[in-house]
Amino acid sequence: MCQNCQQQQGFLAELIDSGLLIDTGVDGLYGRSGLFEEVVARFDDLITRYGGQDGAEVARFPPAMNRQHFERSGYLKSFPQLAGTVHAFDGDERAHAQLLHDVADGVDWTAGQKSTDIVLTPAACYVLYPVVAKRGPVGKGGALFDLQSYCFRHEPSKDPARMQLFRMREYVRFGTPDQVTEFRAIWLERGQTMMASLGMPLEVDVANDPFFGRAGRMLANNQRDQRLKFELLIPIESVEKPTACLSFNYHQDHFGTTWGIKTEDGETAHTACVGFGMERVALALFKHHGFDVQKWPAAVRDVLWP
Amino acid sequence: MKSKIRDILKTTARLPVDVATLADDADLYNAGLTSFGTVELMMALEEAFEVEFPDKMMNRRNFASVAAIENAIQSILSERV
Repeated sequence: MCQNCQQQQGFLAELIDSGLLIDTGVDGLYGRSGLFEEVVARFDDLITRYGGQDGAEVARFPPAMNRQHFERSGYLKSFPQLAGTVHAFDGDERAHAQLLHDVADGVDWTAGQKSTDIVLTPAACYVLYPVVAKRGPVGKGGALFDLQSYCFRHEPSKDPARMQLFRMREYVRFGTPDQVTEFRAIWLERGQTMMASLGMPLEVDVANDPFFGRAGRMLANNQRDQRLKFELLIPIESVEKPTACLSFNYHQDHFGTTWGIKTEDGETAHTACVGFGMERVALALFKHHGFDVQKWPAAVRDVLWP
Repeated sequence: MKSKIRDILKTTARLPVDVATLADDADLYNAGLTSFGTVELMMALEEAFEVEFPDKMMNRRNFASVAAIENAIQSILSERV
């Protein structure tokens, strides 16, 4: 079933050769074929079948966010190395001429670029917190949102499961500590049931985010000690280092404090989210069941194409 | 050492309370120490005491109180000898 697990570098080449991914010349930036998108769409639908009955408010944003919101979010404290910011030309005719000369000479032409009001979305839920904060305290039952967005992370890699631009579906829960930890516990179960129904070899483990620098080790250690992040792992590029395809995160009051989000009784809201790596799950399916979806196990096809 | 730790706490940890009101064993997280406050505190302590916290000592417990910080630094200094 998984004939290529021993090949460390081969999977990306196979995906491109088969046409599922389309090479752009930049590691981690790929086009997707119609078949790849069909699988992503079927998995997207499967998520909704599991989570759609919870009454989440659906919101879709373009893959970019307000720079001021991004700055306030604290992302630069934790992951400055991953952030992607949008800059644009803001000069006069003379600067334009210089720009064209620099491009023609093959030298750095970006010195005159100015930051815009836009930053690429690093995780689907980052756009949401200021929106919820602006609405005022969340109601007695808390709040629940359904998001999906392309996300950017500056980490070029030959591992097809580590793309620079990829889609993340998320359910994000706001409320009391009990409400949000119960939400996460439910999704830890649901996530395993869902992925097992797709015939995936999986394990769930405590995890940490890739915090920047040596000081980031402390944030990572604390995150693990407090069991704030779990990942559902499936081998894709490597059996020894399986890929996180779903993650289950309890932020405690981090975003509630950052954005001043309150519960109905005036306490700082806690938040949690479950994230689904759409491309990663599609890649896992192709890896374990092959590139011909017609030949996927009937049980898996029945789940994805009910 | 405790008074030096308290001075560093005052200038880097950005606690919402007066450090002087906290006992040596008072829980700094209950007093408002944040994750990032801990990181800044660690870097300031490293500079002031000329030590480097090894990976295994980078955790909340070692920064949970003035006494815990002192123990941690003394442990690093003693291992150096």
